[in-house]
Amino acid sequence: MSDHHNETFLSKYIFSLDHKMIAKQFLITGMFMGVVGMLMSILFRLQLSNPGESFAVLEWFLGEKWAPDGVLDPNMYLALVTMHGTILIFWVLTAGLTGTFANFLIPLQIGARDMASGFINMLSYWFFFAATIVLLTSLFVETGPASAGWTIYPPLSALPQAIPGSGLGQDLWLIAMTLFIVSSLLGGLNYIVTILNLRTKGMSMTRLPLVMWALFIVAILGVLSFPVLLSASLLLVFDRTFGTSFYLSDIVIAGEALHHTGGSPILFEHLFWFLGHPEVYIILLPALGIVSEVISVNSRKPIFGYKAMVISLMAIAFLSFIVWGHHMFITGMDPFLGSVFTFTTLLIAIPSAVKVFNYLATLWRGSIRFTPAMLFAIGFVSTFITGGLTGIVLGDSALDINVHDTYFVVGHFHIVMGLSAIYGMFAGVYHWFPKMYGKMMNKKLGYIHFWVTFISAYGVFFPMHFLGLAGLPRRYYSNTAFPMFEGLTNINEIITFFAIVGGIVQVLFIFNFFYSIFYGTKASKNPWGSTTLEWTTPIERIHGNWPGEIPTVRRWAYDYSKPGHDTDFVPQTEPLKEGEEEH
Amino acid sequence: MDLNLKNTTYKQLLWIGMASITLFFAGLTSAVIVRSSESGWQDISMPRYFWYSTFVIILGSAFLIMSKKIVRRGKNPADYIFLTFVCGVIFAIFQFKGWSALVDQGKFFVGEGSSPASSFLYVITFAHLIHVIGGLISVFITYTKSVNSKYSKENYLGIELTSIYWHFLDILWIYLFAFLLYII
Repeated sequence: MSDHHNETFLSKYIFSLDHKMIAKQFLITGMFMGVVGMLMSILFRLQLSNPGESFAVLEWFLGEKWAPDGVLDPNMYLALVTMHGTILIFWVLTAGLTGTFANFLIPLQIGARDMASGFINMLSYWFFFAATIVLLTSLFVETGPASAGWTIYPPLSALPQAIPGSGLGQDLWLIAMTLFIVSSLLGGLNYIVTILNLRTKGMSMTRLPLVMWALFIVAILGVLSFPVLLSASLLLVFDRTFGTSFYLSDIVIAGEALHHTGGSPILFEHLFWFLGHPEVYIILLPALGIVSEVISVNSRKPIFGYKAMVISLMAIAFLSFIVWGHHMFITGMDPFLGSVFTFTTLLIAIPSAVKVFNYLATLWRGSIRFTPAMLFAIGFVSTFITGGLTGIVLGDSALDINVHDTYFVVGHFHIVMGLSAIYGMFAGVYHWFPKMYGKMMNKKLGYIHFWVTFISAYGVFFPMHFLGLAGLPRRYYSNTAFPMFEGLTNINEIITFFAIVGGIVQVLFIFNFFYSIFYGTKASKNPWGSTTLEWTTPIERIHGNWPGEIPTVRRWAYDYSKPGHDTDFVPQTEPLKEGEEEH
Repeated sequence: MDLNLKNTTYKQLLWIGMASITLFFAGLTSAVIVRSSESGWQDISMPRYFWYSTFVIILGSAFLIMSKKIVRRGKNPADYIFLTFVCGVIFAIFQFKGWSALVDQGKFFVGEGSSPASSFLYVITFAHLIHVIGGLISVFITYTKSVNSKYSKENYLGIELTSIYWHFLDILWIYLFAFLLYII
């Protein structure tokens, strides 16, 4: 029997134990933070395209203190860059993406009433919410938010007296991140045990949809890598507040010699990037999983190379733990060690190429439906390829040294990680919106959203590679301070133009999202003709998911256009016909 | 959730949680290895109290093993669980005594008399103690449940989970102690 029961407003919408509601909480919070983070990028892009010029919008948003006479204060510039990175990487593309789709899809696709522990699931969201409040609070402290970059490298992050943003803002950043890590760990534990234990009858691991595999592996990555960031942060907190010297040594600030001796900031980089690189895949793998589903459903073809897809997910996850040194090629690393990290990094190209090949092979001669979800999924394949290619340059220590910490790096990771993951997220939202809210999103608005986003995103990040090749360093407040970069201002103007256009079109998505919740066309039970279990649940979303017994799974998740069947999809619940092979 | 499934699920939750904790300490100890290979690393002689605490935490594990055997025979293991709790408290006291001995040696956590080696020693042992306090809370809850006869020979999941976690703390401490003894 289902677990459905009448609930109060508080238990249904606020302290909900239902995985579907918790998923929506993650999604809405993630979207809100996405808007905040994107707005920050537009604000600091104004300074980069028009250095030192006055903009009323800057003063309107940031006030006289941080944008006197409409000119962005250099300290606030650093703070905006830092918070933009932090919010987008952790709040949007980690919690917003995984929190939403793991919570929403895991019980529905494996055939479970709910997560293994609804309570831990609820706690996971509320720790995330608390982290969000603390991080946003840091925007309003006198010395401004954290400013040492999302990577919070010491000594800048370790010395409160270094710059305004290294003060209270950095403390709040660390508190917010600790709460965030707790949230991630609680969520991850739940996802793993739910997938391992609560699969319905017949749902073997090899019958799991690929998005389940992706979320399962992401959860493992998270529980193994976030604790290391926690240990790095713990030592940083001690350096900041108690005066230890884990990361600090022989520093003079404003003529005053500090007492710190014997510490090493490189130590922080080792610990940070041990998390930092798996974090890239924590962001990317859910999108890879979502795209697998969307491409297969909308090509009306089985996913090509299911086993290879699973193995490549595992290979990417494993390799992500042994490549962190490629972020540190210029730290004085032994060249031999550098070549080892180059080797392990370039190995990731193999499973990545397998995935791309399989996506293309799935699309090949498919009966393609260009839904907004499908467009974003194809957009993902595009950015995964273009961003991946520049990754080969950065993974090679000899080449990386030339473009390290330039806009080449910014362009690379925004395309391969940022755009790919956000496209995966958009694809997921458009695809599963009917299941989430029982309504359809407006297709036309979806198309406009995709094409404007797609063009403007490349308009922003593609030219950055040329800036980087010209040597323009990232994170600098003013590019015009150096005559050699003066000729690059025009490119920055183009980038900012596209950033603003890309930002504005997201309003269309948000409008479409909320409008459709209330006024969208009513969705049918299985609007995309999909095989997976979530589409067998009733349109009315009930706690417990299925009103009666949970259905039994009898085949894999990708029986599309299978000969011998009346429809072009065969649900996982349909028994194999006599003599029919599974796939 | 039926009992077998509950047993498996909760044990998996614990095992994965322990893997996570292991990585946290792996991060700290790998930081020690990286830092100790650089110049200016000072050796510290480990206080004898840490040897005593090692013995006591193992003893705590032994009592939990016995309590599991007793509950399997259908008897109430509350006394043995309480002895584990006592061992945990004594462990904490010895850790504090160990830190006092370090102070007597002039090895401080921060300030003039501190060094990266001494700071690491305090941080690692303190972080372990925080996890032991979590274990003590778990042992105490298990004890009160046992006093109230909540466990039977068919259902003693709470004792099993507490035992697994305590054994983990035990092994973790032995690793950390050996590591600190060798590296610091």
